[in-house]
Amino acid sequence: MPELPPLPTISQLVFTGFALFTCASALGVVLARNLFHGALALVATLFGVAGLYVMLEAEFLAVSQVLVYVGAIATLITFAIMLTRSMMYGKTSPLNRQWGKTGLFAVMIFLALYGFVGSIPWADSAPAVLADESMIAALGVEFVTNYVVAFEVMGLLLLVALVGAVMLARDNN
Amino acid sequence: MVPLTGYLLVGAFLFSAGLYGALARKNAIAVLMSIELMLNAANINLVAFWRYGDTPADLTGQVFAVLIIALAAAEAAVGLALIISVYRERKTVDLDELDLLAG
Repeated sequence: MPELPPLPTISQLVFTGFALFTCASALGVVLARNLFHGALALVATLFGVAGLYVMLEAEFLAVSQVLVYVGAIATLITFAIMLTRSMMYGKTSPLNRQWGKTGLFAVMIFLALYGFVGSIPWADSAPAVLADESMIAALGVEFVTNYVVAFEVMGLLLLVALVGAVMLARDNN
Repeated sequence: MVPLTGYLLVGAFLFSAGLYGALARKNAIAVLMSIELMLNAANINLVAFWRYGDTPADLTGQVFAVLIIALAAAEAAVGLALIISVYRERKTVDLDELDLLAG
């Protein structure tokens, strides 16, 4: 009697669900004809990526992802769609002239990455981590010791982006 | 345990989808959303390599991912402000029609 492949574990089943959900919504983002549907698919994708972070035991990143991406960026994008009345649904094609070549290029990039990733024997299991609040504390310590310059520059960048966005979007009249 | 390959493949798919959207969509906001997809693909790879690396106590991968999330927020704010500003001038966000510099 041939040996059956091992049954998938719970974590593998959950990962497959999250991965399929994320990939399907990502396709929805780039293929949706209605831009608003694309924005909703983007929110679904970002939630799926947050789920993947939870599976990778990076809980702080998952929470940041939901707060920053879903809470702020998705809202901004929805505002911009409303303000620019760009839901030209059905009036014109949402794609430009080079979509065929681009699609072929994207598929080839994915196949190349697929072959590359599949050809390397990556680790099947990960070393155990302390997945509790001590990791978040360690992350905070990293930010104010080893990466303090990057942290401060990022704060400055956010300030400049804030002021610049207000200046750009302000109505001059 | 899920093999590392699974996470890398999800990242590769998100990147390819974002690349297609950024190059093939006409609407400037759709291009911006595709760029967010590509940034997320990079983040998945960073976190996955951190988790499956030999020293998960070294949090460099997570630090980079947090910085990329902050960068994406700044990029979205400035990008959308630019789009709104362009819309006010030209009454369109269709990238094919924004050909002011075309000779």
